[in-house]
Amino acid sequence: MKSSVIVFPGSNCDRDIAVALKKMQFKNQMVWHKETKLPKSDLIVIPGGFSYGDYLRSGAIAGKSLIIEEVIKAAGSGCLILGICNGFQILTETGLLKGTLLRNKNLKFINRDVSIKVLNNSTQFTNKYKDDQILKINIAHNEGNYFTDQDHLNELKNENLIAFKYCDEKGNVNESSNPNGSLESIAGILNFRKNILGMMPHPERMVDEIISNKDGINLFSSLLN
Amino acid sequence: MKLILVKQYQLNLKKNKLKFSVIVTLKKDVLDPQGKVVQNTLINIGMNKLKSIRQGKHFEIDVEEEDASTAEKKVDEMCKKLLVNLIIEDYKIKKI
Repeated sequence: MKSSVIVFPGSNCDRDIAVALKKMQFKNQMVWHKETKLPKSDLIVIPGGFSYGDYLRSGAIAGKSLIIEEVIKAAGSGCLILGICNGFQILTETGLLKGTLLRNKNLKFINRDVSIKVLNNSTQFTNKYKDDQILKINIAHNEGNYFTDQDHLNELKNENLIAFKYCDEKGNVNESSNPNGSLESIAGILNFRKNILGMMPHPERMVDEIISNKDGINLFSSLLN
Repeated sequence: MKLILVKQYQLNLKKNKLKFSVIVTLKKDVLDPQGKVVQNTLINIGMNKLKSIRQGKHFEIDVEEEDASTAEKKVDEMCKKLLVNLIIEDYKIKKI
Protein backbone atom coordinates (compact mmCIF):
# COMPACT_ATOMS: atom_id res chain seq x y z
CA MET A 1 0.00 0.00 0.00
CA LYS A 2 1.36 3.41 -0.96
CA SER A 3 1.15 6.28 1.48
CA SER A 4 2.06 9.97 1.46
CA VAL A 5 2.69 12.12 4.51
CA ILE A 6 2.18 15.84 3.95
CA VAL A 7 4.76 18.02 5.73
CA PHE A 8 4.12 21.65 6.69
CA PRO A 9 6.41 24.10 8.45
CA GLY A 10 5.73 23.26 12.09
CA SER A 11 4.66 19.63 11.58
CA ASN A 12 6.37 17.59 14.30
CA CYS A 13 4.78 14.13 14.13
CA ASP A 14 5.59 13.60 10.45
CA ARG A 15 8.61 11.40 11.15
CA ASP A 16 6.77 9.44 13.86
CA ILE A 17 3.99 8.53 11.44
CA ALA A 18 6.57 7.70 8.76
CA VAL A 19 8.26 5.26 11.19
CA ALA A 20 4.91 3.65 12.03
CA LEU A 21 3.94 3.34 8.34
CA LYS A 22 7.33 1.84 7.46
CA LYS A 23 7.05 -0.63 10.31
CA MET A 24 3.67 -1.69 8.90
CA GLN A 25 5.18 -2.18 5.40
CA PHE A 26 3.61 0.86 3.76
CA LYS A 27 5.60 2.33 0.87
CA ASN A 28 5.72 5.86 2.19
CA GLN A 29 6.75 9.19 0.71
CA MET A 30 7.06 12.55 2.43
CA VAL A 31 5.43 15.41 0.50
CA TRP A 32 6.35 19.07 1.17
CA HIS A 33 3.34 21.40 1.30
CA LYS A 34 4.58 23.49 -1.65
CA GLU A 35 4.36 20.53 -4.03
CA THR A 36 1.57 20.77 -6.56
CA LYS A 37 1.43 17.07 -7.40
CA LEU A 38 0.84 14.14 -5.10
CA PRO A 39 2.59 10.83 -5.71
CA LYS A 40 0.17 7.99 -6.42
CA SER A 41 -1.17 7.11 -2.97
CA ASP A 42 -3.74 4.83 -1.41
CA LEU A 43 -3.44 6.72 1.87
CA ILE A 44 -2.63 10.35 2.58
CA VAL A 45 -1.69 11.30 6.14
CA ILE A 46 -1.86 14.83 7.51
CA PRO A 47 0.37 14.57 10.57
CA GLY A 48 0.28 16.24 13.97
CA GLY A 49 2.24 19.28 15.02
CA PHE A 50 1.83 23.02 15.02
CA SER A 51 1.66 23.96 11.35
CA TYR A 52 2.46 27.65 10.92
CA GLY A 53 2.71 28.02 14.69
CA ASP A 54 -1.09 27.72 14.99
CA TYR A 55 -1.33 31.30 13.63
CA LEU A 56 -4.88 32.62 13.11
CA ARG A 57 -6.48 29.29 14.11
CA SER A 58 -4.94 25.82 14.40
CA GLY A 59 -4.69 24.42 10.89
CA ALA A 60 -6.14 27.53 9.18
CA ILE A 61 -3.04 28.48 7.18
CA ALA A 62 -2.03 24.90 6.31
CA GLY A 63 -5.62 24.37 5.13
CA LYS A 64 -4.98 26.87 2.32
CA SER A 65 -1.61 25.50 1.13
CA LEU A 66 -0.91 24.41 -2.45
CA ILE A 67 -0.85 20.67 -1.82
CA ILE A 68 -4.22 20.76 -0.05
CA GLU A 69 -6.01 21.29 -3.38
CA GLU A 70 -4.54 17.97 -4.52
CA VAL A 71 -5.55 16.31 -1.25
CA ILE A 72 -9.12 17.53 -1.74
CA LYS A 73 -9.12 16.13 -5.30
CA ALA A 74 -7.75 12.79 -4.07
CA ALA A 75 -10.37 12.67 -1.30
CA GLY A 76 -13.05 13.23 -3.92
CA SER A 77 -11.83 10.24 -5.89
CA GLY A 78 -12.00 8.01 -2.81
CA CYS A 79 -8.40 8.04 -1.57
CA LEU A 80 -8.10 7.29 2.15
CA ILE A 81 -7.17 10.33 4.23
CA LEU A 82 -6.04 10.21 7.85
CA GLY A 83 -5.63 13.42 9.86
CA ILE A 84 -4.10 13.11 13.30
CA CYS A 85 -4.21 15.92 15.88
CA ASN A 86 -3.17 19.06 13.93
CA GLY A 87 -4.02 16.97 10.85
CA PHE A 88 -7.60 16.68 12.13
CA GLN A 89 -7.68 20.45 12.69
CA ILE A 90 -6.39 21.00 9.14
CA LEU A 91 -9.04 18.66 7.69
CA THR A 92 -11.82 20.65 9.40
CA GLU A 93 -10.32 23.92 8.11
CA THR A 94 -10.32 22.58 4.54
CA GLY A 95 -13.93 21.50 4.91
CA LEU A 96 -13.12 17.83 4.21
CA LEU A 97 -14.47 17.13 7.69
CA LYS A 98 -17.27 19.19 9.18
CA GLY A 99 -17.13 20.90 12.56
CA THR A 100 -14.15 22.45 14.26
CA LEU A 101 -11.76 22.01 17.19
CA LEU A 102 -11.99 24.59 19.95
CA ARG A 103 -9.59 25.34 22.77
CA ASN A 104 -9.59 22.67 25.50
CA LYS A 105 -12.24 23.43 28.09
CA ASN A 106 -9.68 23.74 30.90
CA LEU A 107 -7.46 26.01 28.76
CA LYS A 108 -4.52 23.69 29.30
CA PHE A 109 -2.34 21.85 26.85
CA ILE A 110 -3.02 18.19 27.64
CA ASN A 111 -0.33 15.60 27.06
CA ARG A 112 -1.17 12.20 28.52
CA ASP A 113 -2.38 8.73 27.67
CA VAL A 114 -6.18 8.50 27.67
CA SER A 115 -8.67 5.73 27.06
CA ILE A 116 -10.75 5.82 23.91
CA LYS A 117 -13.48 3.49 22.73
CA VAL A 118 -13.93 2.17 19.19
CA LEU A 119 -17.50 3.06 18.22
CA ASN A 120 -17.46 1.94 14.63
CA ASN A 121 -15.26 -1.03 13.72
CA SER A 122 -16.61 -1.52 10.22
CA THR A 123 -14.51 1.14 8.52
CA GLN A 124 -11.30 0.96 6.50
CA PHE A 125 -9.51 2.51 9.46
CA THR A 126 -10.89 0.39 12.29
CA ASN A 127 -11.84 -3.07 10.97
CA LYS A 128 -9.09 -4.84 12.95
CA TYR A 129 -10.45 -3.53 16.24
CA LYS A 130 -13.27 -5.15 18.15
CA ASP A 131 -16.54 -3.30 18.63
CA ASP A 132 -16.38 -1.13 21.79
CA GLN A 133 -12.70 -2.04 22.23
CA ILE A 134 -10.94 0.26 24.67
CA LEU A 135 -7.54 1.60 23.64
CA LYS A 136 -4.95 3.53 25.58
CA ILE A 137 -3.65 6.25 23.31
CA ASN A 138 -1.66 9.42 23.83
CA ILE A 139 -3.20 12.83 23.29
CA ALA A 140 -1.16 16.04 23.09
CA HIS A 141 -3.12 19.12 22.15
CA ASN A 142 -4.40 22.53 23.13
CA GLU A 143 -7.37 22.62 20.75
CA GLY A 144 -9.07 19.25 20.82
CA ASN A 145 -12.52 20.26 21.96
CA TYR A 146 -14.62 19.09 19.01
CA PHE A 147 -17.67 21.20 18.18
CA THR A 148 -20.26 21.03 15.44
CA ASP A 149 -23.86 22.08 14.79
CA GLN A 150 -26.88 20.01 15.79
CA ASP A 151 -27.69 18.87 12.24
CA HIS A 152 -24.19 17.53 11.72
CA LEU A 153 -24.15 15.91 15.16
CA ASN A 154 -27.35 14.09 14.21
CA GLU A 155 -25.73 12.98 10.97
CA LEU A 156 -22.66 11.74 12.86
CA LYS A 157 -24.87 9.64 15.11
CA ASN A 158 -27.35 8.38 12.51
CA GLU A 159 -24.71 7.44 9.95
CA ASN A 160 -22.35 5.91 12.53
CA LEU A 161 -19.60 8.42 11.72
CA ILE A 162 -18.17 8.73 15.22
CA ALA A 163 -15.10 6.49 15.11
CA PHE A 164 -13.78 7.03 18.65
CA LYS A 165 -15.00 8.52 21.91
CA TYR A 166 -13.04 9.36 25.05
CA CYS A 167 -13.90 7.03 27.93
CA ASP A 168 -12.51 5.78 31.24
CA GLU A 169 -10.56 2.53 31.61
CA LYS A 170 -13.78 0.56 31.92
CA GLY A 171 -15.28 2.15 28.84
CA ASN A 172 -17.69 4.56 30.52
CA VAL A 173 -18.25 7.70 28.51
CA ASN A 174 -19.02 10.64 30.77
CA GLU A 175 -17.91 14.13 31.66
CA SER A 176 -15.09 13.03 33.94
CA SER A 177 -13.59 10.81 31.21
CA ASN A 178 -13.73 13.64 28.69
CA PRO A 179 -10.30 15.34 28.79
CA ASN A 180 -10.98 18.42 26.68
CA GLY A 181 -14.71 19.17 26.77
CA SER A 182 -15.29 17.68 23.31
CA LEU A 183 -18.93 17.46 22.18
CA GLU A 184 -20.35 14.02 23.11
CA SER A 185 -16.76 13.04 24.10
CA ILE A 186 -15.87 12.74 20.40
CA ALA A 187 -12.22 11.82 19.79
CA GLY A 188 -12.41 10.98 16.07
CA ILE A 189 -14.91 11.29 13.22
CA LEU A 190 -15.38 10.08 9.66
CA ASN A 191 -16.81 11.89 6.67
CA PHE A 192 -20.09 10.69 5.16
CA ARG A 193 -18.26 8.52 2.60
CA LYS A 194 -16.07 7.07 5.38
CA ASN A 195 -12.80 7.52 3.45
CA ILE A 196 -11.58 10.33 5.70
CA LEU A 197 -10.79 9.94 9.39
CA GLY A 198 -9.80 12.81 11.68
CA MET A 199 -8.75 12.04 15.24
CA MET A 200 -7.07 13.90 18.09
CA PRO A 201 -5.31 10.87 19.71
CA HIS A 202 -1.97 9.74 18.25
CA PRO A 203 -2.07 6.09 17.07
CA GLU A 204 1.42 6.46 15.54
CA ARG A 205 2.82 6.86 19.07
CA MET A 206 1.39 3.48 20.10
CA VAL A 207 3.09 1.01 17.80
CA ASP A 208 5.96 -0.22 19.97
CA GLU A 209 5.96 -1.85 23.42
CA ILE A 210 9.37 -0.39 24.21
CA ILE A 211 8.13 3.20 24.27
CA SER A 212 4.38 2.81 24.88
CA ASN A 213 1.99 0.05 23.82
CA LYS A 214 0.69 -1.43 20.60
CA ASP A 215 -2.88 -0.12 20.71
CA GLY A 216 -2.36 1.97 17.59
CA ILE A 217 -1.12 -0.86 15.39
CA ASN A 218 -4.53 -2.13 14.39
CA LEU A 219 -5.42 1.18 12.83
CA PHE A 220 -2.61 0.65 10.33
CA SER A 221 -3.30 -3.07 9.86
CA SER A 222 -6.97 -2.20 9.24
CA LEU A 223 -5.85 0.02 6.37
CA LEU A 224 -3.84 -2.85 4.92
CA ASN A 225 -6.74 -5.24 5.25
CA MET B 1 11.38 56.33 -18.95
CA LYS B 2 11.65 58.61 -15.91
CA LEU B 3 8.55 60.52 -17.02
CA ILE B 4 6.54 57.31 -17.23
CA LEU B 5 7.65 56.34 -13.73
CA VAL B 6 6.67 59.75 -12.34
CA LYS B 7 3.26 59.52 -14.02
CA GLN B 8 2.77 56.00 -12.66
CA TYR B 9 3.65 57.28 -9.20
CA GLN B 10 1.14 60.09 -9.49
CA LEU B 11 -1.54 57.67 -10.63
CA ASN B 12 -0.82 55.45 -7.67
CA LEU B 13 -1.17 58.40 -5.36
CA LYS B 14 -4.58 59.08 -6.82
CA LYS B 15 -5.73 55.52 -6.14
CA ASN B 16 -7.84 55.32 -3.07
CA LYS B 17 -6.48 53.34 -0.20
CA LEU B 18 -9.44 52.20 1.81
CA LYS B 19 -9.06 51.00 5.33
CA PHE B 20 -11.32 48.54 7.08
CA SER B 21 -11.58 47.09 10.53
CA VAL B 22 -12.78 43.52 10.97
CA ILE B 23 -13.87 42.29 14.38
CA VAL B 24 -14.20 38.54 14.83
CA THR B 25 -16.01 37.14 17.86
CA LEU B 26 -17.11 33.70 18.96
CA LYS B 27 -20.79 33.01 18.34
CA LYS B 28 -23.11 33.38 21.31
CA ASP B 29 -23.57 29.68 22.02
CA VAL B 30 -19.87 28.84 21.69
CA LEU B 31 -18.01 28.58 24.97
CA ASP B 32 -15.28 31.21 25.33
CA PRO B 33 -12.99 29.90 28.09
CA GLN B 34 -10.41 32.68 27.60
CA GLY B 35 -13.05 35.37 27.96
CA LYS B 36 -14.30 33.62 31.08
CA VAL B 37 -10.85 33.64 32.71
CA VAL B 38 -10.38 37.32 31.86
CA GLN B 39 -13.83 38.04 33.29
CA ASN B 40 -13.13 36.18 36.55
CA THR B 41 -9.77 37.93 36.95
CA LEU B 42 -11.36 41.36 36.50
CA ILE B 43 -14.02 40.49 39.08
CA ASN B 44 -11.28 39.29 41.43
CA ILE B 45 -9.50 42.64 41.21
CA GLY B 46 -12.62 44.53 42.15
CA MET B 47 -14.57 45.15 38.94
CA ASN B 48 -17.82 44.12 40.60
CA LYS B 49 -20.10 45.72 38.04
CA LEU B 50 -18.69 43.59 35.23
CA LYS B 51 -21.44 41.55 33.62
CA SER B 52 -19.71 39.56 30.92
CA ILE B 53 -16.73 39.53 28.59
CA ARG B 54 -16.26 37.81 25.24
CA GLN B 55 -12.78 37.78 23.74
CA GLY B 56 -12.29 38.26 20.01
CA LYS B 57 -9.84 39.22 17.27
CA HIS B 58 -9.32 42.46 15.37
CA PHE B 59 -7.88 42.90 11.88
CA GLU B 60 -6.99 46.19 10.15
CA ILE B 61 -7.04 45.85 6.39
CA ASP B 62 -5.91 48.27 3.68
CA VAL B 63 -7.41 47.68 0.26
CA GLU B 64 -6.24 49.41 -2.90
CA GLU B 65 -9.57 50.09 -4.55
CA GLU B 66 -11.29 53.20 -5.79
CA ASP B 67 -14.80 52.11 -4.97
CA ALA B 68 -15.72 51.59 -1.33
CA SER B 69 -18.38 48.96 -1.92
CA THR B 70 -16.08 46.87 -4.16
CA ALA B 71 -13.42 47.12 -1.46
CA GLU B 72 -15.84 46.03 1.22
CA LYS B 73 -16.88 43.05 -0.90
CA LYS B 74 -13.21 42.05 -1.12
CA VAL B 75 -12.80 42.30 2.64
CA ASP B 76 -15.94 40.21 3.06
CA GLU B 77 -14.42 37.58 0.76
CA MET B 78 -11.23 37.60 2.85
CA CYS B 79 -13.30 36.97 5.97
CA LYS B 80 -15.22 34.09 4.43
CA LYS B 81 -12.19 32.45 2.84
CA LEU B 82 -9.69 32.67 5.69
CA LEU B 83 -10.09 35.15 8.52
CA VAL B 84 -13.26 33.71 10.01
CA ASN B 85 -14.34 30.19 10.88
CA LEU B 86 -18.03 30.57 10.12
CA ILE B 87 -18.97 27.54 12.19
CA ILE B 88 -17.99 29.20 15.46
CA GLU B 89 -17.32 32.86 14.71
CA ASP B 90 -19.25 36.00 13.72
CA TYR B 91 -17.65 39.06 12.13
CA LYS B 92 -18.31 42.73 11.59
CA ILE B 93 -16.71 44.89 8.90
CA LYS B 94 -16.36 48.62 9.47
CA LYS B 95 -14.81 51.27 7.22
CA ILE B 96 -12.29 53.36 9.15
